[in-house]
Amino acid sequence: MTAYILCFALFSVGLYCIARKRNIIKIIIGIGIMEYAVNLFFVLLGYKKEGRSPIFAADQAIKNMVDPLPQAFVLTSIVLGLSLTLMLVAVAIRIYEKYGTFDITKINRLKG
Amino acid sequence: METIVQYFIIIPLAAAFIIPIIGKRVKIAAPVVSCAALLGMVVLSVLAASSVSVSKALVYKVGHAASALGISMVIDPLSAFMLVIVNTIALIAAVYSIGYMEKYTDKWKFYTLFMAMVGGINGVLVAGDLFNLYVFLEVAAIAGYFLVAFGIEPEALEASFKYAVMGTVASAFILLGIALLYGYASTLNMADLAGVLAAAPQAHALKLVAVLFIMGFGLKAALFPFHAWLPYAHSAAPAPVSAMLSGVSIKVLGIYALARVLFNVLGITPAIAAIFITLAVLSMVIASILAFGQSDIKRLFAYSSISQIGYIALGLGIGTPLAILGALFHLLNHSVFKSLLFMNSGAIEHMAGTRDLNKIRGVMVNSPVTGVTTLTGALSICGIPPFGGFWSKLIIIIACVQVNRPGLAFTAAVVSALTLAYYFKALTPALFGTGPEFKHKRVGLSMGTAMIALALICVISAGMLLPNAGNRLMKDAAAVLTGGKAYALSVSETPRQTPEPGIGSGSGAGSGHKK
Repeated sequence: MTAYILCFALFSVGLYCIARKRNIIKIIIGIGIMEYAVNLFFVLLGYKKEGRSPIFAADQAIKNMVDPLPQAFVLTSIVLGLSLTLMLVAVAIRIYEKYGTFDITKINRLKG
Repeated sequence: METIVQYFIIIPLAAAFIIPIIGKRVKIAAPVVSCAALLGMVVLSVLAASSVSVSKALVYKVGHAASALGISMVIDPLSAFMLVIVNTIALIAAVYSIGYMEKYTDKWKFYTLFMAMVGGINGVLVAGDLFNLYVFLEVAAIAGYFLVAFGIEPEALEASFKYAVMGTVASAFILLGIALLYGYASTLNMADLAGVLAAAPQAHALKLVAVLFIMGFGLKAALFPFHAWLPYAHSAAPAPVSAMLSGVSIKVLGIYALARVLFNVLGITPAIAAIFITLAVLSMVIASILAFGQSDIKRLFAYSSISQIGYIALGLGIGTPLAILGALFHLLNHSVFKSLLFMNSGAIEHMAGTRDLNKIRGVMVNSPVTGVTTLTGALSICGIPPFGGFWSKLIIIIACVQVNRPGLAFTAAVVSALTLAYYFKALTPALFGTGPEFKHKRVGLSMGTAMIALALICVISAGMLLPNAGNRLMKDAAAVLTGGKAYALSVSETPRQTPEPGIGSGSGAGSGHKK
């Protein structure tokens, strides 16, 4: 249970970072933290203490296995997170070229 | 027949793969490949729509895995109805892009991202389990973030960044909800999940999941407190992308996904319906008031999108068969006329060189095609009788009266009047006023064709209500949502099997100490 609560704490740290930080690179890092928290929570759901890898064979007793499905989900989710981070960093570099700053409060031509 | 389901994902993603390979050298290849792929998918979606009914969904099991643990793709009447809309609008937007994207460089990159977005949206519609729904939602969303920034003007980059940050937070909430649901039920197949949840007692965890989904999908749908990104993103994007985002993306990634999860999987409760109605009314009223102050034509249309999404959510929240029919019909109409209006705004910007409503004068004189199609779209969105928009709003208002909520009916009618007022205020001088001549006077063949095609659909869409027309499909689609968890039965003909007992029991034990 403690592990789950710590996951939610990590999630909140990421959310705080996105909401409160002014530097867009820090915002991107916040997004990374938040994604990692969700991925960690997901993979912990399938974890069992002293569990073993789920290999099915005729002579294997089926007991105490780790759930492999969340691991497959999380791998996919990590790939999505990678592409998203790349996209955000690419946009951040372009923003720096155009605005000359990473400060989100100074990037505000869209007001109105 | 089941095998056609996979092509809704294979064709657009294959096109997105082929276009960079040949489109770089052969200029004409990119639009030709994407238009051909989209035309093929329109035909396939009509074929799928004609072969599904409430009791019979098309289910394709990837890799022929026999159990609920495999990946399944499902087309039921609701998905089929949405697939027809999505692919038709995408085809018209692709045709429009041929002319509109002339002023940009590297058009093949645009078509690649465009097809990836269509693939993601189609994937959300055919996904049979929540995790694939999430993956395709992200594919569509990431392609969307790129497309908003395609012009790389400072404004476009800023809008794209803000949209991407908010969209990512929404996605994280959705994934957290999915993880909690997996921890609770040990399955993510939607049909299977509905069965498991119906048998299990209602836990508090499910309420948290419902709230996470409402926040996540509500942000993608731009319902009121989560709407801030939409006016930025939709006004900074190139016109065909705005048309796709506003016409299709917010409905599939937001409304469809939310309705599917809440109605068919978690089950709708009075509390959730009340949340729906509250968010809907707030979106309708506040967005129409904000729309009055807009002088940028695309921002005006963007605020009006938020307001019209409110109508759809209102119909879903009321939840009677008539209200849901009205909501789906309004979804169809809004897709058509909002795509049309964004394409018009692109054409006007192309000709007049500005999007400022105080400077655009005399569209009707300079370009009758753009003027007449803009007028058609505007009349339809304002709810002027012969057009589809009138009938869908009328159905929603009647449904409000039927369930004895005259307050809601009154609000819907007032917002319709507000819509008429702000469109009248904004567009009358732009269309009929007199001013300096436009720089360009021709919209070009592809843009003209696309706008005329959508205007025609606007005029004839009311025919969907006639018996023997599209009515059967729309009624079936509404029945999928009113049927609630009965959806599970039409999808899973074979009851749940657990051929490998280890997985089922293993994850069950893993989730045991969570509750």
